Amino acid sequence: MNSAKPGLKHIMSAPWIWAYLAAFVVWLATVLFTGGQGSIQILSAALSFATFSVIVGIGQMYVITLGPGNVDLSIPATMTFAGAVSMKIMDTQDAMIVPGLLIAIGCGAAVGIFNYGLIRALRIPPIIATLSSSFLVQSAAIAYGRGIKIKPPPILADFTTWRIFDIPVLAICVIALAAVMSVVLHRTVFGRSVTAIGQNQRAAALAGIPVDFIRFATYVQSAVFAGLCGYLLSGFSGGASLNMGAEYLLASIAVVVIGGTSVAGGHSNVPGLWGAALFMFLLVTMLNTYGLTAGYRLILTGLIIVTVITLAGGRKQE
Amino acid sequence: MEGLLNPRLMRNLLPAFSLTILLILIFYIQPRTMSYLGLNLLLNLALPIAFATLAQMCVMTVNDLDLGIGSFVGFVACVGATFLRDTPAIGILILLGCVGVYAGLGALIHQRNLPSIVVTLGMSFVWLGLALLVLPTPGGKAPDWARAIMTWKTPMVPFTIYASIFVALAVHFLLMRSAYGVVLRGAGGNPRSVERAGWSLLRIKMAMYALAGFFGILSGIALIGLTTSADANIALRYTLLSIAGAILGGGEFVGGRISPIGAVIGATTLTLAGSFLSFLRISPDWQIGAQGGILIIVLALRVLINRMEAK
Repeated sequence: MNSAKPGLKHIMSAPWIWAYLAAFVVWLATVLFTGGQGSIQILSAALSFATFSVIVGIGQMYVITLGPGNVDLSIPATMTFAGAVSMKIMDTQDAMIVPGLLIAIGCGAAVGIFNYGLIRALRIPPIIATLSSSFLVQSAAIAYGRGIKIKPPPILADFTTWRIFDIPVLAICVIALAAVMSVVLHRTVFGRSVTAIGQNQRAAALAGIPVDFIRFATYVQSAVFAGLCGYLLSGFSGGASLNMGAEYLLASIAVVVIGGTSVAGGHSNVPGLWGAALFMFLLVTMLNTYGLTAGYRLILTGLIIVTVITLAGGRKQE
Repeated sequence: MEGLLNPRLMRNLLPAFSLTILLILIFYIQPRTMSYLGLNLLLNLALPIAFATLAQMCVMTVNDLDLGIGSFVGFVACVGATFLRDTPAIGILILLGCVGVYAGLGALIHQRNLPSIVVTLGMSFVWLGLALLVLPTPGGKAPDWARAIMTWKTPMVPFTIYASIFVALAVHFLLMRSAYGVVLRGAGGNPRSVERAGWSLLRIKMAMYALAGFFGILSGIALIGLTTSADANIALRYTLLSIAGAILGGGEFVGGRISPIGAVIGATTLTLAGSFLSFLRISPDWQIGAQGGILIIVLALRVLINRMEAK
């Protein structure tokens, strides 16, 4: 790995720098339009909202690193399910915050185990397996949540929206989480195995890596992060709603790819997740500031995502 | 007896078998559905879903997935309920342009080796945005001819059944029986050998994406023929339904293994699953869950059959 070489040239060649540059340009374009007004607030809001994309993005990134065809489409359903179940069980009581968290994580783990069970038992591509299971999980969330929006416990709501000098505390926690997951990816046997499988599954298996177990752990991890995100997002947005996960299908995949992780697997990039998540939020803010209607906003969001992926994620066909 | 146990035959018959079981159960629980009117109500929305499923199947043929087909169908519905009725020439031009865009997507995904799910997911925003520009609030009016075709009172059984059978057979002959169809499917099974044989993979991918766009358009027009008005969000759930339908019908997502007849049957099965639940008085909350459940059961049966084949 080339992590030890400092210097500007090295930084400019890092794949994640582009995501931060793009985020900066979009922020500048917004601030210039408003004449400098609200520039700090915009950044602060971007940090808050990007947090949730990053949490699910970390899980998705590990999965995508496993190689072509590996993607977790059950993230939105898992978020909704974990959010609904944990909010209902906590029932706005502060004393239940920790059990609620464990339950949200447990919900995620259960979905992850089920996902990988389907992949293994039915020998179907992960896309189809996670899609089918997301149908079941989404239905379970709908039936369980029954449309009532239960408020989160006050302390959880306060924690997830807590800011010190305009800096969201949750964002700092997730920056730390990302740093830890970056170390796990590059410095532990588990992380290295994930990368090795993504580069060449056959070679990895011949080298003695327990491919099945690593893939299993990766899918469970992705679902656990989705469960955690559902729990925190419910706290942040004043309760679980049935479509709260919807936008995170695109977000979880887009932050991974825009962040410089190879879609072909085997090369991942943790810092890029934050850059990409900030970029995605600032982009929407910019289009809002310019006063565009929903139609134009959606079109531009879509086109910019496709363009960025074409420029950043693509590799020439050999 | 031995002919019946042939794994390949069983795999091909599996979609039809699931549909038959579901139909028998529905007829048993609610015998009144066994009439012209009953069938019409049951299968009313099957045709647009079948077209969307065929569109998805085309993309799956070349080992890709289209996560934007639902919003695309919604966009077509919006164009259909506005331009296509008021100024047909412009409407037709827009729709032709859509086929062009789809072919372009195929070219982009192939040339730059992009993941189809990200590109099509991005495009789903574009289609949704365009649909909102064309029709900011639900409304519009379907062209009279679309309405006339979709509500055509055919003899014996409802129009949907004739149309589904016709479409399934037509696409079957196009993709499964024609010489170029073999090449198109081969591009999913073994792209390298197809390319070595002198075929342009770029052109094949563009053709399959264009075909997907074409079926998406048929889906949108069939849909407004039934609903008479349109809405940008009208077909968002078609994305997941079409993937499930194509898989249910025997598509395997990798290797160019597809089945047009199966896809149409799969789409019909999913349409019926919803009615089946309501006849059982199960809350509609479980509708998507039931579709997922059916998908998993059919996939499990397929594993069993494949295992028999391996023996």
